[in-house]
Formats: sequence, C-alpha cells, structure tokens
Amino acid sequence: MSTLEIKDLQVQVQTEDGPKEILKGVTLTIKDGETHAIMGPNGSGKSTLAYSIAGHPRYEITGGTVTLDGEDVLEMSVDERARAGLFLAMQYPVEVPGVSVANFLRTAKTAIDGEAPKLRTWVKEVNGAMERMNLDASFSQRSVNEGFSGGEKKRHEIAQLDLLDPKVAILDETDSGLDIDALKVVSAGVNRFREREGKGVLLITHYTRILRYIKPDHVHVFVAGKVAESGGPELAEELEANGYERFLEAAV
Amino acid sequence: MTAAVVSDALEQEHVESHLHPEPTYDLEAHPTPTGREEIWRFTPLKRLRGLLEDTPAAGSLERKLELPDGVTLSELSLEEASALGGTAPFDRLGALAARNAGSAVLLDVAAEADVTEPVRVQLHGTGTEEAVAGRVVIRVGRHARAVVLVEHSGSTTYNGFTTVLLGDGAQLDLVHVNDWADDAVHAEQINARVGRDATLRQFEFTLGGDLVRTSTNVDYAGPGGTAELFGLYFADAGQHFEHRLFVDHNAPKTTSNVVYKGALQGEKAHTVWIGNVLIRKVAEGIETYEENRNLVLTDGCQADSVPNLEIETGEIEGAGHASAVGRFDDNQLFYLRSRGISEAEARKLVVRGFFDDLIRKVTVPELAEKLSAQVEEELQRHVLADLELA
Repeated sequence: MSTLEIKDLQVQVQTEDGPKEILKGVTLTIKDGETHAIMGPNGSGKSTLAYSIAGHPRYEITGGTVTLDGEDVLEMSVDERARAGLFLAMQYPVEVPGVSVANFLRTAKTAIDGEAPKLRTWVKEVNGAMERMNLDASFSQRSVNEGFSGGEKKRHEIAQLDLLDPKVAILDETDSGLDIDALKVVSAGVNRFREREGKGVLLITHYTRILRYIKPDHVHVFVAGKVAESGGPELAEELEANGYERFLEAAV
Repeated sequence: MTAAVVSDALEQEHVESHLHPEPTYDLEAHPTPTGREEIWRFTPLKRLRGLLEDTPAAGSLERKLELPDGVTLSELSLEEASALGGTAPFDRLGALAARNAGSAVLLDVAAEADVTEPVRVQLHGTGTEEAVAGRVVIRVGRHARAVVLVEHSGSTTYNGFTTVLLGDGAQLDLVHVNDWADDAVHAEQINARVGRDATLRQFEFTLGGDLVRTSTNVDYAGPGGTAELFGLYFADAGQHFEHRLFVDHNAPKTTSNVVYKGALQGEKAHTVWIGNVLIRKVAEGIETYEENRNLVLTDGCQADSVPNLEIETGEIEGAGHASAVGRFDDNQLFYLRSRGISEAEARKLVVRGFFDDLIRKVTVPELAEKLSAQVEEELQRHVLADLELA
C-alpha cells in the first residue's frame, strides 16, 4: 500500500522583495493505486507543490505536513525522499554533462535498492525501458539530458519511472511541449506504471489533452496556491469546455 | 647564432602587445619583475623561492626513462639546443632556465618513426633546498608519430625550459603530469613549433605542488598545422596553479583548440588561466577556439580566468572563446538526489562528469584511469570530508 497525504501545506520562496507565499494551505490525499490530476493556470503554484514534495531547497515550508505511508516526508533529505518511494518527473529535466545515462541509472538504482542491480538482468531491463519509450539503445551512452530534444527529455523521465519503480510518481507537466506521438508514448509509459500494484500518481498539467490518454480517478483545480475545487473526470471535461475562468473569478 | 635562428627572428613581423613580450635568450631584456606587469600580476613572486634570481642551479631531479625503438636521448650544450630552433624564452623564468641548466637533453623521434608505446620520462624531486634548472628539446621528425609522457613528482624548486619541434606532418601527444608534493615549486615554459600539417596534442594535469606556473607558447612553421592544448587542474587549500597559453597563428590555415578545466577546494586555493591567441595578418583561413571552465567547490578559493584574442586579419574560418567560473549547480545536485543518489555521490558524479571529456581524450589508457582515481582522491580531501562532518 502507499498513501501520500498532504495536509494544509504552506510554502514560500525568497524574492528580492522579501518572502512570497505561494502555497496557501494545500490538502490532498493520494490513496493506494489512485491517480489524481491537478490542473491549473500558469502561476497557480502547481510546480511549487511538486518541487516542495520532492524537497527542492528553494521552497521553504512554513506550515502543514506531508507524509508517505505515515512517514514524515518533510523531515527527509531530497535523496531520502526518493529512497522512501517518491519520484518527480520534472518539467525541465537538468543536464548533467559528462555523466552517461547508463551510469546515472545504475547509480540511482543502486541507491534506491541499497544494492547494485545484477549486471546481466539490469542491462536487459534498461534496454527494455528505453525501447518502450522509443529511445535508441545508444541513448544510454549519452550524457544525462545534454543535447536531448524536449521529447527525449520527457521520455527519459518516464523510462526512469519505469526502472526506479517508486511508490508515488509526481509528474510535473510531463505533457507540455510534446507532439501527439510523443504524448502517446509518454502516456503509455505512465499507464504501464499505474497497472503495477498500488502505485499512486499525481499528474500536474496545464492542458486537458493528456487526460484523454491517462484517465484520472480525481481531478483538482488549482488556483492561487490552493485547491479550488475537486471532482471526478467530469471536472476535466468542464475545464476542456469552459477553461479556468469560473475558478479565477471565484478566487478574486 | 645559426642562420636558422636569425631567419626565424627576422621573418616574424613585430606585433606590439603587453600580453606576450618579445622572445629572446638575452636575460637583460627580461628584467626582474615587480609583480605589476601583465605577465606577472597573478603570480605570488615571493613563493617562487628565488627562481627569478640569476644564480647557478645546483640541484637536479631523479630521472627514469622508458625509450621505445625509434626514440633516442642525448646530451647537448645549451648553445646546441638553441641552435635546433624554436622560439626563445618569453619571460625571465624561461630565460633563466635556458641559461642555468648547465646542459640540455634532446629527446629525438626519428623521421617517419611510428612509435606506438609511450615514451615515459619520470622526473622526481628529492628536496627544495637547491634550485633545479632544466633544458629539454623534444624533436619529432617529419611524418613521425609519438606519445611522450612526462611525470613530475616529489619535492623540488624547479624551473624548466622545454622546446618542442614538430617536423612536417608529425604527430605528437605530449602529456605532462604535475603531481608534486605539497612543498614543490615548479615553473616551466614550453615553446612549441608545429610543422606544416603537423599535429600537437598537449595535455597538462596539475594536481599537486605549492606553486606551479607553466607557460605554453605555440607557433607554426608552415600552413595546415594543428595545436590542441588540453589541461586539467585540481587545486587544494593554499596551492597556486597557473597555466598560461599563447597560440601565435603566424601561418595560414592553421588550427588551435585550447580547453582547460579546473576544480578548486579549500582556503586560499588559487588558479590562474590565461589564454592568449594572436592571429597575424598572414594567418588567413585559420580557426581557433579557447575555453576555460572552473568549478569552485568550497568557499575561500579564487579562480582567475582571462581569455585574450588579438586579431589582425578578418579573413578567418573562426575564432571564439569561453570562460566560466562557477559553483556546484544546485539544480544538477537536486536532479541527481531526487533519484535517490546521496549528496556525496551526486557531487562525485558531477565533478567526474565535469572532467570526463578531457580525461577521455588521453591516449594512454592506464593514465586515464589513474587520473580519474586521483580526481576522486582530491575530492575526498575536502568536499566529501566536509560532507561527512556536516
């Protein structure tokens, strides 16, 4: 089982004009095997939520709690969170020059499992994950994210999701900047992950398009640093038809 | 002076520049610096332990040699060494080394020899008391190919002047490993002349010593020559590592590519990189690029990085440079750690990755492995040790 519980989470960042509050009390529970979509306009704090859960040092937690299966996530370092079972697929994956994808994946897998993967099966697993994401076998020899196209970066994130096999995946605008073919490949990868026993997914997106391929159990509309409304998939359909205006007006 | 040296001196049109003084063996023309001169302002002169004074050098370095077939070593007088050609010293240190070395050593690769085994020269210092002066000529005959590996270790106060002469179509990989003990002082000037269609690939790896200052000056004996100058340095607390590069594009269709990367850690670690490129009027169709990147790993370090480009003709293929001094990229560390990788492991990966492209270029495989291991050992001293304490 895996449950990610976010309660009244408040987060600020430091700006030139002093601290700025971005998340104003977010409450959300992702239960065993559930997929939640968070939708919201630009600047609503969606990415802040993702990075705060993952532990990026830029974001300062001023209140609230985050627990994974009852364990206090906010007390953990960034790498401890990943080892506890959290995974963040980033909107802008970072280039690490000189570090090959193969070396990176093996190092990450070793860290998460606490032991090095068996060489023979591991190479097969990596090649399989690459193939499923339509990435060439030579991809493993390239430096992490360096010179990757936007689509390759996102597919590489989902290949990692496949191989590292976390309990809960947070996908931060994984769909943005993808053409329709890449979107289908990425969505299929996420769906394969969801089919595994008890996996939670928090899907953060600006567009409804990806929800045609990944069917969420719950949809939350995120406005001005908090959840403005929660519902089922029908909420996404309403957004598709009417946009965010109703929620923006309510927030003013 | 022989006819060859006179004609070398006459052919070159003079270019007025404070970046590279006129080369000459005449010590009078290289007065003792005050420290304010452009070519001295980064160097802590007091720490040179008297190397700028004109005194006989009584010390020596222990030498071990591995000479494959096709390579010979011989002793020459200083006059004979100068008569072989190459550019005279650009500064006082070079002039003093050339004058006080007593005699010179000629490492000669026969024309058309294809030497697959590396030529190894190990120079080991046995004390800092007596200054050492060295004068070396490395000559690679036309269409010959060789790898020369010079490894420095131990304690010393050493000033060297090295001339590198590449015949037409020759290929030389020249590797210097400066892995001195903590109390060593090492100054060296390496003046290379690249023959027509010849290729020089030089590597400098500076990992140890109290003060290391090297100047590499390259020019061309004809069109079509290539000079690739690569360097890696890792400075610890209190160490001063200075690498000065000057490529004089004095012939058309020549190419130069300079890439130096350094890491610094610990209080008062100081590195200096100066990259000068001169493109003379005759040097049409040349291509040049120089790059220096520094990774500052802890507080209290200083990395100076100065690229200079002097252009006298616009009829060239390309000229560019890049210079950067930066800290660990928080986003890189975050990305790696968000995949479960510990902070120490993430830092190791980033630094290894930073140097990886340079280390991979080294054509002596066991050396590449040794260098990777040494980089890791350096990291253990401060960056990783600090993490364990925190």
